[in-house]
Amino acid sequence: MPRKICAAAIVTAIGLTGEAWAGTISPDSVEFEDGAIAASLTGVAGNAETGRKVFANRKQGNCLACHQNEDLRAEPFHGEVGPMMDGVADRWTEAELRGIVVNSKMTFDGTIMPSFYRTTNGARPLEKFEGKTILTAEQVEDVVAYLLTLKD
Amino acid sequence: MRQLFAIAAAAGFIAASAQAGPGPDEDQLEIDGLKIVTEVKAPDDHPLDVIYSGWRFRTDETQSLQMDDFENPAMVAVEYGIELWDTPAGTSNKSCADCHGDVEDMAGLKAITPKWDEAAGAPLTLEDLVNRSIKEHQGGEGWKWESAEMLAMTALIGMQSRGMPVNVQSDGPMADWVEKGKDLYYTRVGQLDMSCANCHEDNNGQYIRADHLSQGNTNGFPTYRFKWQGLGSLHRRFSGCMKNIRAQPFKRGSDEFTALEIYLATRGAGLGVESPSVRN
Ligand code: HEC
Ligand code: HEC
Repeated sequence: MPRKICAAAIVTAIGLTGEAWAGTISPDSVEFEDGAIAASLTGVAGNAETGRKVFANRKQGNCLACHQNEDLRAEPFHGEVGPMMDGVADRWTEAELRGIVVNSKMTFDGTIMPSFYRTTNGARPLEKFEGKTILTAEQVEDVVAYLLTLKD
Repeated sequence: MRQLFAIAAAAGFIAASAQAGPGPDEDQLEIDGLKIVTEVKAPDDHPLDVIYSGWRFRTDETQSLQMDDFENPAMVAVEYGIELWDTPAGTSNKSCADCHGDVEDMAGLKAITPKWDEAAGAPLTLEDLVNRSIKEHQGGEGWKWESAEMLAMTALIGMQSRGMPVNVQSDGPMADWVEKGKDLYYTRVGQLDMSCANCHEDNNGQYIRADHLSQGNTNGFPTYRFKWQGLGSLHRRFSGCMKNIRAQPFKRGSDEFTALEIYLATRGAGLGVESPSVRN
């Protein structure tokens, strides 16, 4: 009986990080080229509408904590720590944007920006986040799809 | 452009903010005629040019609460501290006042703690010193780090040093602790993978979402925070900052937090003690 519970718990845990789905590239097997990632992590294109929500949500991307963005002006409290997101799709390609969201340190050495799809971040992670990525592969693709809509 | 937007955003959304925009403001802190230094030119080897108190990054409304003891919400705790100071307790059935006299004699202590203790072979925080005296002299149990009693007493004792420059020893046996604290300050932790320096050194003066980042100085603790709806210790603040970046905090009173406290005190040397300060 306890074994079953344990197995069920593992299944949910894997489900939550979204790594169980076939075709999804796991955080350890992401391949970078000059900081960019060519292929979609999920094999399919993300959903920009969902990505917009992930970008603003404090428990998910919380990108607004650091980046201002005209498109989300109705949301209170934009941060000033990172560059403005307006026109970001004119400055970076899809592959570069994916690379920045997955692991910003591959593009910006020593940046404050968190790496959203990496399991080996800073020391002493809170237990409930240990070994987990900040965003799932789907969420990363959704955010990338959203960023691609931000053109001047 | 970024600045303009920030001002617009702050004016629109942060109703309480009158001096929005990057950086500290120009306001000067004076409590009942006592001027408190909130700005010091940093020494040459300091990573920042000017050292500012966190008070300079708060809104006018928050600032004003600290400028008048009748409005400072921490004063309820200070009153409780006075009561504790005068109440006999422990196996000795003596009060703090029985041995120390007036609490005003504690002036200067907050400005130099944590301080090296030869007998302990370690630096002791103000909390450590209070508990040692309760245990060794009063014959009591000592108080929990974040208890109402400890916060009240550290606020009361801290207040006696108001306006005195933070001046914690950094050489001799303290040098190792400063180094250890410095290591912790620059180490990236948590799932968000940030160090204290990422926010308080590199980005102080900027807004991180709704929060106006200060330099993270320690001269105001214990602090009354609206978010806490009460007083909290410096180690509670450290703990909160670590949890925000999804890092497992060290324990209050741990060597790690004591080392951080010492390092931060040396970084903020010369700022006036504000205890108990008011922050949002
Ligand atoms: C804690 C701060 C922080 C958070 C949170 C953050 N970023 Fe960043 N980001 C930065 C900084 C700072 C830079 C600039 C690079 C540098 O100098 O380090 C940056 C750069 C970028 C860039 C390149 C922009 C350009 O114009 O060059 C993109 C795209 C980006 N971030 C997207 C995101 C997305 C999407 C999220 C959330 C999923 C996010 N960021 C969350 C701080 C942050
Ligand atoms: C993600 C950003 C971030 C990180 C990383 C961070 N802090 Fe903070 N810290 C804040 C914010 C926001 C506040 C509240 C506004 C202010 O006073 O700066 C704050 C406040 C403080 C204060 C209170 C300052 C005052 O005047 O009352 C101290 C002390 C402090 N932090 C120390 C630390 C230490 C030590 C670390 C590393 C263990 C750390 N912080 C990491 C964001 C951060």
